[in-house]
Amino acid sequence: MQAVQAHKITKYFHEPSTFEVLSQIEFTVNKGEFVSLIGKSGCGKSTLLYVLSTMDTDYQGSLSLNGSLVTGLNQDALSRFRNEHLGFVFQFHFLLPEFSALENVMLPALKLGKYSKEEVEQNAIEKLRQVGMDEYARKSAGKLSGGQQQRVAIARALINNPAIIMGDEPTGNLDKANTYIVLDILKRLSEENNQTIITVTHDPDFASQTHRTIEMEDGKIIRQ
Amino acid sequence: MKSFRLSLKIALVHLLSKKKQTMVAMLGVTFGISMFIVMISFMTGVNDYLMDLALDGSPHIHLYNPVKTKRAPLSSAVYDTNSTWINVHHQKPKADQNKIRSGFQILNEIRKLPYVTNAAPQLSSQVFFNNGSLQFGGVMMGVDIERENLMYKLYEKIESGSVEKMRSNREGILLGENLAQKLNVDVGDRVSLTASNGNVFMLKVVGTFAFGMTSVDETRCYVSLNTAQKILGKPSDYITDINIRIRDYNLSGEIAKEIQSLFGYTADDWQKTNASILAGEIIRNTLTYVVSAAMLIVAGFGIYNIMNMSVVNKMRDIAILKATGFEAGDIISIFLLQSVIIGLSGAILGMLIGGLLSYGIDQIPFPARELIKLDTFPVNYNPMHYGLGIIFGFITTLFAGYFPSKKASKIDPVAIIRG
Repeated sequence: MQAVQAHKITKYFHEPSTFEVLSQIEFTVNKGEFVSLIGKSGCGKSTLLYVLSTMDTDYQGSLSLNGSLVTGLNQDALSRFRNEHLGFVFQFHFLLPEFSALENVMLPALKLGKYSKEEVEQNAIEKLRQVGMDEYARKSAGKLSGGQQQRVAIARALINNPAIIMGDEPTGNLDKANTYIVLDILKRLSEENNQTIITVTHDPDFASQTHRTIEMEDGKIIRQ
Repeated sequence: MKSFRLSLKIALVHLLSKKKQTMVAMLGVTFGISMFIVMISFMTGVNDYLMDLALDGSPHIHLYNPVKTKRAPLSSAVYDTNSTWINVHHQKPKADQNKIRSGFQILNEIRKLPYVTNAAPQLSSQVFFNNGSLQFGGVMMGVDIERENLMYKLYEKIESGSVEKMRSNREGILLGENLAQKLNVDVGDRVSLTASNGNVFMLKVVGTFAFGMTSVDETRCYVSLNTAQKILGKPSDYITDINIRIRDYNLSGEIAKEIQSLFGYTADDWQKTNASILAGEIIRNTLTYVVSAAMLIVAGFGIYNIMNMSVVNKMRDIAILKATGFEAGDIISIFLLQSVIIGLSGAILGMLIGGLLSYGIDQIPFPARELIKLDTFPVNYNPMHYGLGIIFGFITTLFAGYFPSKKASKIDPVAIIRG
């Protein structure tokens, strides 16, 4: 089964003037693949990622994730889909600063509502252990360092065991050592858990460590 | 339900993370609600007090025979008025104009009406009280004292002496408190009274009463109906007024009309005789609600501002919540709950403070003892007003919080996350 199936995805920006940012994008990603999207600034790689993330619905063409067509679903249905099947890691860590690391990880699972609070907490601690952050579980998210926050954000992305994990320059804001830790975690996830990972990056070292690299230029895929 | 609990948790964390801002927003509501409680408690207290005064001091329906100075001349009964000019200048009223004819029969008929609880006969007349060479004008009311008590709770208004002696002593008289002071008489003293026909009588003071209204307590006196008839030199069927009490005083208007059409005499209801009190009540109620609404609207704008700022500050959080699967409805409930929690806790605190303040007002002595008799400011503790306070606080904050929450739910996460 294919994790991502993008068919003729075209998107325009209308500000300041109408401009085709994605043009007839056609590609697939297999389950368990670790894919990196590369290209120069402004080539449309981030835009493509946010279309894949279902948060951006203003495009033409069709998109299937994890075997189901998501194009045309309403916002609330997309929210539920993201909650259950997708995990995100962003360049800036985007934790909720008033909550502890553990609570940040638990929130998407509590929203899903599949398991009791105790089970969710157990799960969250397990995920934090996977990223090596279990000893910081009770610490307020705002007080963690950048690398630590990013690892908590990965744990949060994993909490509902999503089929696909998406990252927008997940190591863009980290030093060498932390980049290595994050890359290592992501690699293990795809190899051991068979989870699909798609990340946007402009770090060639990072890209070279992934299974496949998709290169973009001027809104088109030029190599995959 | 689960998702509601989660929203509530996030809302509480948001509120507690900026305690000062939360407090300021809450105090706005607290102030509005406490002022509402104080004002409405005091205003309705005044309303109730004046209403009691009006209902105790006047009958529900007053049946009487108004003086008609203009009537058809006697000669019109003899001559055909179409073909004859009859011209009578400066007619004089008849001597027994005020009399209700066959008054006791009418009284019995009225008592038989199903909605009437009590009807009392009365003979009222202007008199003079003599104190040495001075004379004071007053109103003498010849009454059936038992009936009068049922009508006005007269026994409760006795200040000194007792009503018992009225029954045993035919020459007994009850004086208004202020009147007794003016005449410098006490219980047991004798008082001299000049009737309108010139008769002078000596009566024995058996008690004094106070209605609480100076206009009454300074002029009124009660004697038995027989004594009044004797003083005025009238037969024992002579009465001038019938005072009626009915089951539901709100219906007095219609019943008065019915009684008037049944017996042909003028019947006024208490609302007509106390029109100024009722007009005052409407004005006070309007004032209370207008001022309270204005204060709550100001508090509402305060909450609106604070919630708007909070939404702007929390853009990143909203984006991340939406990215990780929170729906627009969840975002609305997170922010709406913050607003409602502020509103409800502010309203509860406001009710407490309002209750305490109105208790304080209740303890303040009322200064104008001359006008009406009142120990302290009248305050009404009606649970309904407190319930209304909660509802007002809730609705205001719901409105104030709705628009910022709606705005929060519309935030596009991509725009925030991509920067």
